[in-house]
Amino acid sequence: MSNRKPAGGFFMRDTAWHPPALTPQYKTSVARSPSRALLSMPQTMSEVTGPVFGHNILGDLDNDLILNYSQDGTSAIGPRIIVYGRVVDENGRGVPGALVEVWQANAGGRYRHAKEGYIAPLDPNFGGCGRVITDDDGGYEFRTIQPGPYPWPNRVNDWRPAHIHFSIFGDGFAQRLITQMYFEGDPMIWQCPIVDTVPSREGIETLVATLDMAATLPMDARVYKFDIVLRGRRATIFENRMEGT
Amino acid sequence: MIPLNRRRESPSQTAGPYVHIGCVPNFCGIEGVYPHDLGDTMVNDQTKGERITVTGTTFDGTGTPLKDAMVEIWQADAAGLYNSPSEIRGTADTNFTGWGRKAGDYATGEWNFETVKPGAVPFPDGRMQAPHISFWIVARGINLGLQTRMYFPDEDNSTDPVLTRIEHQNRVPTLVAEQVDASTYRFNIRLQGEGETIFFDF
Repeated sequence: MSNRKPAGGFFMRDTAWHPPALTPQYKTSVARSPSRALLSMPQTMSEVTGPVFGHNILGDLDNDLILNYSQDGTSAIGPRIIVYGRVVDENGRGVPGALVEVWQANAGGRYRHAKEGYIAPLDPNFGGCGRVITDDDGGYEFRTIQPGPYPWPNRVNDWRPAHIHFSIFGDGFAQRLITQMYFEGDPMIWQCPIVDTVPSREGIETLVATLDMAATLPMDARVYKFDIVLRGRRATIFENRMEGT
Repeated sequence: MIPLNRRRESPSQTAGPYVHIGCVPNFCGIEGVYPHDLGDTMVNDQTKGERITVTGTTFDGTGTPLKDAMVEIWQADAAGLYNSPSEIRGTADTNFTGWGRKAGDYATGEWNFETVKPGAVPFPDGRMQAPHISFWIVARGINLGLQTRMYFPDEDNSTDPVLTRIEHQNRVPTLVAEQVDASTYRFNIRLQGEGETIFFDF
């Protein structure tokens, strides 16, 4: 109990910065987007609290997609990369203990999934999932292969740019976020209807990882930097002080 | 003026059809990477409280079930305490996680949680809220995870501070589960159109 403190409320989510629910260029959103306005309500304990994921849930290879599904001990096929960064909140503070789960296609652009129909082959040594819990400073890293672009059923010839999916669990249920990371310099970013759901170019740029050549491991793996920002928390001690008490 | 130096939240992107690979890999046949899927078990045989099953299906605006949705829930324990570091009112049941994650069945879209009935939790002004479960729904075609709440049909919801502030009271039933049997509740989520579930911004 001694290290516990009341959870401050989260800053209001800027829904104009996020993609709107209805984005007709991304066809699946048409029937899956609520037609009514979101109903605003105050945050309660139900929204500001959240579970803790201890480092003890992690296996040694959870953050190594090159080896964590290897059937014969050999590496997954594809350009070797390391992705690192920090999970911070809108105050710029690192979020320690955040659960970061990632998933991606293999180097040929094929997912290991029963509903996947692309003709590119599976890599028997690549599963496509990884996870890491952020350190005391909010830092994380994982190793993988660079995923390939792939076609998808939307308009007749839409392709996804190479990307890695991220699910991030900070310290409150209201902070829950799923997003995608793209790669610096990929011209396909700007032709993708899903990327295009993000209203501003400025917002899209925050989802593009930067090649960090100084950090790159010589003769081994290139390194990309990708920071993630979660909703910030208010920190004033006055928030939950009720009048008259 | 003093700069605030604030960052902006990373924009959301859809979870896509393959969210299972990252979040419930064992469910989708990627075995041997993680021992089990996170959130698959919320209770054990020591958990205090009334055991319940919460089941449901997510429907799109045409009435078709989503077969690729993932649902997460977060709730208080039977005493109304959250198993969270920021819970300062007491210590929650250590045999109850409070958090669950399930994917809809590939064939039917139905998901199921084995949990306990939550206790009541206060609103910021001190009034008690009726027992409820927080939901977060993601899927292909959902650009920003949808947040809602499930209430119980066998509890008194008449003074709940959230439900009573809703202008369109005819929509409140979209937040109340249906009782299937003594310990089973069905909470169908309708993304759009007739009977559209109320989704929250907080």
